[in-house]
Amino acid sequence: MKLMAPGTVVDGFAVGQCLHAGGMAHIYQVAYADPSRAAPFPMVMKVPRMTAGDGAENIVGFEVELQLLSALTGPHVPRLVAAGDLEKLPYLVMEYVPGRTLQQLLDDSPGPVPAQEIASLGVAVAQAVHSLHLQEACHLDLKPANVLLRPDGSAVLLDFGLSCHAHYPDLLAEELRPAVGSPAWMAPEQVVGVRGDPRSDIFAVGVMLYELAVRELPFGNPQTRGGLRQRLWMDPVPPRALRPELPEWLQEVILHCLQGEAGRRYASAAHLALDLSDPSQIAVTALGRRLQATGFWAHFKRWLRAAGKHYRPSALPSRQLEAAPIVLVALPYRDVSDATLYSLRRAVMRVLGSAPGARLACVTVIDAAKAAGHDSEANETSLHRRYLGMLRQWAQPLNLDSRTVSFHVIESGDVAQALLHYARGNQVGIIVMGAATHGLQMQRLLATVPIKVAMAAPCTVILVKQALPFDRLAGEGEESEEG
Amino acid sequence: MKIALLSDIHANLRALEACLAHAAAQGAGRLAVLGDLVGYGAQPAEVLRRIRGLAGEGTVVLKGNHDGYAVAPPNQAHSLDQSGAAWTHERLDREALDFLAALPLTATIDAALLVHASADAPERWHYVDSERRAEACLDAACLNPAVRYVFCGHVHEQALFFRGAGQGLMRFAPTPGVPIPVAPHRRWLATVGSVGQPRDGDTRAMYALFDADRAELTFHRVAYDHLAAAADVRAAGLPGHLAARLEAGL
Repeated sequence: MKLMAPGTVVDGFAVGQCLHAGGMAHIYQVAYADPSRAAPFPMVMKVPRMTAGDGAENIVGFEVELQLLSALTGPHVPRLVAAGDLEKLPYLVMEYVPGRTLQQLLDDSPGPVPAQEIASLGVAVAQAVHSLHLQEACHLDLKPANVLLRPDGSAVLLDFGLSCHAHYPDLLAEELRPAVGSPAWMAPEQVVGVRGDPRSDIFAVGVMLYELAVRELPFGNPQTRGGLRQRLWMDPVPPRALRPELPEWLQEVILHCLQGEAGRRYASAAHLALDLSDPSQIAVTALGRRLQATGFWAHFKRWLRAAGKHYRPSALPSRQLEAAPIVLVALPYRDVSDATLYSLRRAVMRVLGSAPGARLACVTVIDAAKAAGHDSEANETSLHRRYLGMLRQWAQPLNLDSRTVSFHVIESGDVAQALLHYARGNQVGIIVMGAATHGLQMQRLLATVPIKVAMAAPCTVILVKQALPFDRLAGEGEESEEG
Repeated sequence: MKIALLSDIHANLRALEACLAHAAAQGAGRLAVLGDLVGYGAQPAEVLRRIRGLAGEGTVVLKGNHDGYAVAPPNQAHSLDQSGAAWTHERLDREALDFLAALPLTATIDAALLVHASADAPERWHYVDSERRAEACLDAACLNPAVRYVFCGHVHEQALFFRGAGQGLMRFAPTPGVPIPVAPHRRWLATVGSVGQPRDGDTRAMYALFDADRAELTFHRVAYDHLAAAADVRAAGLPGHLAARLEAGL
């Protein structure tokens, strides 16, 4: 496809400057040719390169991208305006999203990116990826050049030419086909042709976080099939072996994303975002502390196992996400009976029992003014510490793996709004909270909180009534119940 | 133009009416019936009357294996499929039987080839239930270079076969109600499912709607009074397992 001259009119669109002439496509600024017709937002036209020398994959990529953009909605994908006929002139007209790509950010900042900034970028990317997964789509070609950061810090994903959507036939699928994608960011299962596992995208996010932290690619950029198959057995050098000043939590998160087996990565991008949004709550394991690269023998054993790996179809993205919700339990920080705390714990156990991949966020909302009033010498940090301790103590009988639970103290005068805000911001799937029907003196005031939350929540809300009267509970040792 | 593709009605008038109403509401401008009008269900004469009326208005109607059995019931039933044929035969008048006997095995509407079972030897009633069978069906249909789409019934399940990045066909299980783009530069084969006897554990009737102008295919599931249809089967004195099937969608 030759470059189109500015001023060319295509199906009612006036073509402007060519913004990008890439290997796969040209991207032009466009406007409606009819000057009386105003566009609701700036637009670009993407025209795939499809001359004789270009591969058939470009054409399929065009079809796939059209499929995906027609189906996807929300703030994390550009809006589709129109598409040209494949038989005549294929093009996609879509929203022009202002901002810069993660690749530009990498190019513009040669020095190390501060850990806290990496965490914020990671949250933005993970939230965008999760929104895609919730819509039954997997990107499968995430890399810094395909992640655009809006000025407000949120991320928009670009280039869906290699993606797949569970509602449409996967035009790129084939058993035992060589992998399609960008070798440096590709997950091991993609190397053997698995398409449609949302955790492949989590791996790619891990590669990007590694790049931001270390300024190197964790697996290099293999150009051969054999080089790519290394992905099946090779661990990356731990980031802190290359940059010891990096915090352990960041390495923990990165290596958790880069686990070779999809089942050992974060179960959903929302879990990743939850971790990165509050690094102080990340449970650092041996993964985060490691300073040595994996040794020869460990790699050799895995190499032997990897030899037999091949294509398997994967489950629907939404099924996987359903099995791994973020569960928020809201615990009152005061004026709460033991029976209520006990009943909340029982309810959480039941929820976690039915969704073993779930992640639990224990949250309490404190009103700093009132909370401090209880204890005049308390300052903010010690208040937080005290209530974090209370949350930990509450969760202790649940016996959860440190990676599956986190604790958050939020300061706000409006409990319901704070919980709702947290639930929306962290893609919470289930909220568990007290129904506040116990006979406390605060009841009339407290009762409005669960109702407000239940009315406005973006997800399921479980309102827990206290299971046992307080006096009987005292006789019923909790241990027997938790066994 | 949108074409509603209905197959395997199996003498289930309630399911047929529900699908016709649904298709009309979706803006279907044309209908095609891909065979097996009768067999299993309680209302063969009523279904025949309805479909003959539609045929008079230009609806394409094809012959299925059960339609053949009903015209000439086998003396000894070789399978469960054939055992009810005599019962159906007795309930159809001469005109209805002549109508069934005269039905064609295939038809084309623009770039679409319609067939009850498989375009590869339609009279052999092959089940297009695997990628390999789909390949044979599509290859046979595409001997006519104008054909881009093949629509079949017979298997009582909804599936779309397409060519992925490799050589072989791949099977795709559609999500009901989601329009799937089926660009005409590719070749597609769809089994549209059964109106009158679903067998996948979902009691709702199945049909597909092909929008030729937009090159989109939508597989639909339509709820209807399946318990009443099952009661009809029992009241007609047909075997109880045929009623139980409708109740469970199995």
